[in-house]
Amino acid sequence: MFHWLEKNPFFFSVGVFIVIAFAGLIEILPNFAEASRPVVGLKPYTVLELAGKEVYKKDNCIACHSQLIRPFKSETDRYGQYSLSGEYAYDRPFLWGSKRTGPDLHRVGNYRTTDWHENHMWEPTDVVPGSIMPAYKHHFTNIADIETAYAEAVTVKNVFATPYGDEFQATKEAWEAHKAVVLAEAKTITADMKNKDVKEAVAAGKIPEIVALIAYLNRLK
Amino acid sequence: MQSNAALEYDYTVAKLFTFTTILFGILGMIIGTLIAAQLAFPELNYLLGEYGTFSRLRPVHTTVVIYGFTLSGVFATFYYVSQRVLKVSMAESKFIMFMGKFHFWLYFVGALLATISLLLGYSQSKEYAQYEWPIDIVIVIIWVSWGVAMFALIGIRREKALYISMWYYIACFLGVAMLYLFNNMAVPTYFASGGLGSIMHSVSMYSGTNDALVQWWWGHNAVAFVFTVPIVAMIYYFLPKESGQAIYSYKLSLLSFWGLMFIYLWAGSHHLLWSTVPDWMQTMGSVFSVVLILPSWGSAINMLLTMKGEWNQLTENPLIKFMVLASTFYMLSTLEGPIQAIKSVNAIAHFTDWIPGHVHDGVLGWVVFMIMAGLFHMAPRMFKKEIYSKNLLEAQFWLQTTAVVLYFTSMWIAGITQGMMWRAVDEYGNLMYSFIDTVTVLHPYYAIRALSGVLYLTGFLMFAYNMIKTMTSGRELSEEPQFRSPMA
Repeated sequence: MFHWLEKNPFFFSVGVFIVIAFAGLIEILPNFAEASRPVVGLKPYTVLELAGKEVYKKDNCIACHSQLIRPFKSETDRYGQYSLSGEYAYDRPFLWGSKRTGPDLHRVGNYRTTDWHENHMWEPTDVVPGSIMPAYKHHFTNIADIETAYAEAVTVKNVFATPYGDEFQATKEAWEAHKAVVLAEAKTITADMKNKDVKEAVAAGKIPEIVALIAYLNRLK
Repeated sequence: MQSNAALEYDYTVAKLFTFTTILFGILGMIIGTLIAAQLAFPELNYLLGEYGTFSRLRPVHTTVVIYGFTLSGVFATFYYVSQRVLKVSMAESKFIMFMGKFHFWLYFVGALLATISLLLGYSQSKEYAQYEWPIDIVIVIIWVSWGVAMFALIGIRREKALYISMWYYIACFLGVAMLYLFNNMAVPTYFASGGLGSIMHSVSMYSGTNDALVQWWWGHNAVAFVFTVPIVAMIYYFLPKESGQAIYSYKLSLLSFWGLMFIYLWAGSHHLLWSTVPDWMQTMGSVFSVVLILPSWGSAINMLLTMKGEWNQLTENPLIKFMVLASTFYMLSTLEGPIQAIKSVNAIAHFTDWIPGHVHDGVLGWVVFMIMAGLFHMAPRMFKKEIYSKNLLEAQFWLQTTAVVLYFTSMWIAGITQGMMWRAVDEYGNLMYSFIDTVTVLHPYYAIRALSGVLYLTGFLMFAYNMIKTMTSGRELSEEPQFRSPMA
């Protein structure tokens, strides 16, 4: 049979394809519906948090930070309750990471504050002596893209039935109306911050990346 | 495996991809060395403003070496090897020549755009699948054009039976196509929200645990179908060609090929041990990872036994040295991987530097060594020139071998140290170390790894120099060498 396959490239390719496709069908499909079910009480990300998640993705925080607490005592002691599948139901993409050059962040909102993050992102070694994490000062000046975050919320609402309210509509008007909500949430964050430029930017209706990022990190609980 | 002097093969496309292999190799390894140094000396994070942090550059390093360097090497060898084993010249068909050139230029432009997009921060943040959807579409066109060129060439072949290398190239094409498409399924938010926000942004079709499963089904098998399958294709061609020895066992190559195809895909879930993925999938991933030793070692042993009775060539021909060491590193790496996939070992190894250590003994020792040996074998035949310097080749071999050993030993120690410190408890059962203790302790190992990067990069520059000098000022050859590549 193999000799015959080697002389018939078409059937050879079909053969290879069946052999390699097999495992995916058996391993991935059976649990698909169940694995995407949210835990009870899980709320979708707010637009500001989504914008923060974009900053997290843009600067590729997963290069050094995981969001997956494994079921070992040493991990639950350090980071809190081990992670459950349903907690990730609204995570598109998942951000578990594969390397902990820095600590896990899945429940960082439980034990770090806005103030801590502000100092830490400005100069990590001021807060954690010996840290090898770079400073992310550009988060204090770059403006977060909240319109795209809103577009994401509307998309997941319409395409994947993520439970966002009726006010989330795919129109410019709906977006303009929602902007005020995002800005109000940003102000609750900046109330705990001290960087003047950031405060001024938010007062002027612009949201620096750091504000969105902190909103996202505070949400991780 | 006979030579066919009557046919004049056309190496235009193979040469173009050879240049990009060298170019992306240098670029990817410079970035790799820089980010390795950043972990030891964090002030190096600020060389390029927000574009120069470890986190932003890390995916640039991985994608440039995987999709820039390695794939260029795969394509360069493919356009060389396939003509020879199929016994047709690309010049025989205008269409194939066009597809080959189209493939190259779209690839080159696409690779540059893709790299720039990552530097600017357009990223799906899925490992080895960071590119956003517009780039993905370009990649699909590139891949399809390779497939068209491949099957068109197969269509007009004179040698009816496909040689082993062709099996692996076909598998590379099919495997990457399937995995890439499924893993990158995403909805562009601009179109789904009536034109709001950035056109580059998209959301994954899968969420949470499902996304993780699809991602590592891809992530693990990107290793299979980019770092293993086409590299095996190369060694099956270049080792017999360079040594003048026939492949030791046809049956063993059959078993290894079909075994690898079937087993590799199951092993992806070993990246998700102790996660929220169902336990039975984790166990499947573990078990199949261990079984994977069989087809992997099957190929490697087949290669080593091909040299049976001819081991003297190891001392005489540096290219044989590169290839034999490559298959040895392949054996090391494919034993190490299954060990890490055992759940109890993984509990310590996962999230630590042992993982990049494992990846790099595979890629530096196996993938890069094999690609360089392949290109060195091709150079005298493509450019009709003698290889510029044997001494340089010898020096490069030892320099890079030292670098690989320094890399994986330092990362093994770093990884196991950190894994053990994370779980260490005192007599009362409290955690002994705060996280930062487990970071600062790694400094010497990170410094050694950065040094290893400098050595390896230097070796690669020696390769690049030797190749370019071969093209420009190597001694002209009057006829094509049959086996051993001539070198000055």
